[in-house]
Amino acid sequence: MAEEPVKVLYCGVCTLPVEYCEFGKTLKQCKKWLKENHPKEYNNLYNSDAPTSSLSKEREEEISKSLAKMQLKEERKQERELRKLKQEKIIVKRIPRTKHKNVIAVCNLEQFDVDMKKLAKKFASKFATGASVSKNLETKDEIIIQGDVGEEVEEYLQDMLKKKGLDSVKIEFIEEKRYLRRK
Amino acid sequence: MFKKFTKDDVHTQTNVKSSVQRALRTKLVNQYPKLEESIKILMPKKSTVVLYKCEDKINLYAVNDEVLFYQKFDELIPSLKLIHMYPSCFPRVQVDRGAIKFILSGANIMCPGLTSKGAKLPDEDIAKGTTVAVYAEGKENALAVGKLLMSTDEIKKVNKGMGIELIHYLADGLWNFEIE
Repeated sequence: MAEEPVKVLYCGVCTLPVEYCEFGKTLKQCKKWLKENHPKEYNNLYNSDAPTSSLSKEREEEISKSLAKMQLKEERKQERELRKLKQEKIIVKRIPRTKHKNVIAVCNLEQFDVDMKKLAKKFASKFATGASVSKNLETKDEIIIQGDVGEEVEEYLQDMLKKKGLDSVKIEFIEEKRYLRRK
Repeated sequence: MFKKFTKDDVHTQTNVKSSVQRALRTKLVNQYPKLEESIKILMPKKSTVVLYKCEDKINLYAVNDEVLFYQKFDELIPSLKLIHMYPSCFPRVQVDRGAIKFILSGANIMCPGLTSKGAKLPDEDIAKGTTVAVYAEGKENALAVGKLLMSTDEIKKVNKGMGIELIHYLADGLWNFEIE
């Protein structure tokens, strides 16, 4: 008889098996997630009597104290990072090439945890143009898209941010002036 | 071993030939005889096994986009996901509650954590160098995989110093490693 694999419930927030959430860094979010998605398990885990433990009470308190401290620290850190992230803005630039041709450069994306190369690929297939990742003058990565697709890119980025819950991030659209080169 | 492990550590990714797959399967069963019955579900004959060669000569083997085991030198070591699926197939030890926190940050397991009241060691002796699944007091699932630095009898006798070298634990680099 082949044995069926055991299914373990993993937490949607910290990916650990739910019983280990209490040792993770994001207990509060984990609890919330479990309550919403698996109320039965939630009751089993958090509303039953104190877990049986062989340790003395003082040791137990010590552990929970240090855990609480770590979780608080992590929470603050996340908050700080989120605030910082919200102040950032994405810059979409239109740069003229020849007569009626433009390229679009998207920079300041790296803070948002996106894979630049993948996004470039996506743009390329979406707009049916060439798109690549290159370094700009400040040696930061940017996506260069051939063709005048600034508005579409802006729309797409807004959608992407909405999915991540970062509505307040601004997207700035800049038009670079044409340099008149005269001989 | 996987404390700092990211996507960048993967060098190449290749599909494993079916003949090599067969060898792999027999090797796995040899090492963990209790897996024999489940191996067909785990690695069906027509599945594609993907091999990831990584930094430090670590090889990861994945079936259906899930890393099932890996090897550093010769021995195949199961991943925690695999242990969660088939908990009864691997030798197990248990640590007390106080040790959980440290294990989850990647520490090696000291002997006292294995011999105290909340901990459990199997009655029969497990030889030194065996790969064991580490469980915790009051918890159902394994939280780490380690290698015995002493035989379990020795751990009981000496009760000092490192007992298990930690290889893979919950929320480490391999756990968070996702295949695209």
